Amino acid sequence: MFRRLLPLFALLLMAVPATAQDRVLNVYNWSDYIDPEVVARFTRETGIRVRYDVYDSLETLEGRLSAGRSGYDIVVPTSEPTFARLVRAGALRPVDRAAVPNWTNLNPTLMQRVATIDPGNRHGAIYLWGTVGLGIRLDRVRAALGDVPLDNLDILLKPENAARLAACGIMLMDSPTDVLPSVLRWLGRDPNSSATDDMRAAERALMAIRPHVRAIIASSSILDALATGEACVALTYSGDVIQAAARAREAGRGVEVGYVMPREGAQLWFDMMAIPADAPNPEAAQQFINFLLQPDVMAAITNQVRYPNAVPASQPLVNEAVRNDPNVFPSAEALSRSFVAGTPPREAVRLRTRLWSRFKAGR
Amino acid sequence: MKGRLAVLLPVWAWLLVFVAAPAAILLAIALAEADSGVPPFRLAWSLTGFATLAEDRYYLDAVLTALRIAAMTATGCLLIAYPMAMGIARAAPGRRMLLLALLMLPFWTGFLLRVGAWIGLLRDQGWINGMLMALGITEAPLPLLYSEGAMLVGMVHSYLPFAVLPLFAALLRLDPTLGEAAADLGAGPATAFVTVTLPVTAPAAAAGFLLVFIPAAGEFVIPELMGPPEAQLVGRVLWQEFFQNHDWPVAAALALALLLLLLVPIRLFQRLEARP
Repeated sequence: MFRRLLPLFALLLMAVPATAQDRVLNVYNWSDYIDPEVVARFTRETGIRVRYDVYDSLETLEGRLSAGRSGYDIVVPTSEPTFARLVRAGALRPVDRAAVPNWTNLNPTLMQRVATIDPGNRHGAIYLWGTVGLGIRLDRVRAALGDVPLDNLDILLKPENAARLAACGIMLMDSPTDVLPSVLRWLGRDPNSSATDDMRAAERALMAIRPHVRAIIASSSILDALATGEACVALTYSGDVIQAAARAREAGRGVEVGYVMPREGAQLWFDMMAIPADAPNPEAAQQFINFLLQPDVMAAITNQVRYPNAVPASQPLVNEAVRNDPNVFPSAEALSRSFVAGTPPREAVRLRTRLWSRFKAGR
Repeated sequence: MKGRLAVLLPVWAWLLVFVAAPAAILLAIALAEADSGVPPFRLAWSLTGFATLAEDRYYLDAVLTALRIAAMTATGCLLIAYPMAMGIARAAPGRRMLLLALLMLPFWTGFLLRVGAWIGLLRDQGWINGMLMALGITEAPLPLLYSEGAMLVGMVHSYLPFAVLPLFAALLRLDPTLGEAAADLGAGPATAFVTVTLPVTAPAAAAGFLLVFIPAAGEFVIPELMGPPEAQLVGRVLWQEFFQNHDWPVAAALALALLLLLLVPIRLFQRLEARP
């Protein structure tokens, strides 16, 4: 936990001794989610001081924003549910494309996928993106399950597998929007369905493995649990698994973590750079977005946090090990099978949350 | 009369600004209608929030679970607090301050830090499991974390000083000759404790119980970080309504219901105190 804060402290130290200018950019981003050097470079090049705050769950971000007057100029909500909801609530300011010439660096195919929830891509540019899948302790899972293919959600969702893995620790992130679509897809149903019988089927599938689940917690806690070896199989974000694997290697205690991108089709998510409607300094925010969309800047961020970006021209500058890791950059073929979570209507959200509460309570 | 007013004015001002006004805001939100916007509700005179609470058994279960866990926490605290408070009260005056400081010291470190320390102790790769396995008592790590036991340990530890301090104050005032008299009359230490110490310190024990029970009933952090997924306490449910369902009216209604519910033990305690 403390190690995760270290880069933040380093960042604060770098961000403070800027110029005497009173222009300040207030950034609110996920924890462990940028190369600190990039922020320092922005301040050097523009003279704009950066106040950089972090959150570790969408709920924290959304709680701050929905109360109004958050004071932030840049936020990085995930496409679904938060970015979609903020767009609908009118809580985001449309980005002035003329002020962001580097917008053309963005991969149009990926932006097209976000356009389903933000028509015309008026409110945000993709910062980083990834998939939802399984983080597993390779040796333990092999030992428990034998020689089964480790490329799909059978590992977790087949009750006999879950029973065998229960002792070594099954965890799920506490987020129905990030888990239910993958379960529905595994069942061969529409991942975005709110139909009653689809919801029932998903609930049955989850309840069948519930006795074997150890914890249903925030994704940031799962990252820690994977890195320490506490979790053996965890359904969570791709980049978190990759970061946990790197941390486990550093700790050198023999914990080997791998990522499984579900063969049946993974849920895609996009973290969007966006400007709150009441941002105090929207011009600086647009300057920051434009700065981040440069290929070398994006490459530095991807190298640091191991999530893919949406600027194809950055690809040659990304470290080979990261670039060639199919878990970081999924193949075109895997991408074609992936899906984007839609926006369920309010009543459907409540039903899903209730289903989720019953799943957590185990009854 | 004027002096009395001058003394009471700040008290009333405090209550108005920090108790009445927030409760009024809470009520306004509870009667509002959920909507997508900033903030995510539209002011109205709607009872939907309260109706949701009444219709869905889930909320009642969450309240009952929270009350049960809070009662267990407060009882656990008292069981540990009695011997501790007696030990401190009977120590030489010079050592009392040291012992009290030792009791309060962990309290001065961050609350999250202490919870984090417990997670470090209880996890599979933690100290306790490491020791058990090194001694050959168990082969595989015991699943200690994310259990009701772990949650109770965390809560008892966090709230313990609230139970010790009132007991300590009462025991300090306890006339030592009472104990001597009981001994002279042939009572053993156990009988003396039950017939003399316990009745005399009962109000302090009740105060300690409530001081632990009330914050524990709304506790969110420890169940979330150490508890099992099935422990859906009202604090966690409140959080879900607010952050996951974005239904501020239901969340506000639930918070108000909990507030009213906790007024009952407080009233009972006041009646107990008022008795001569």
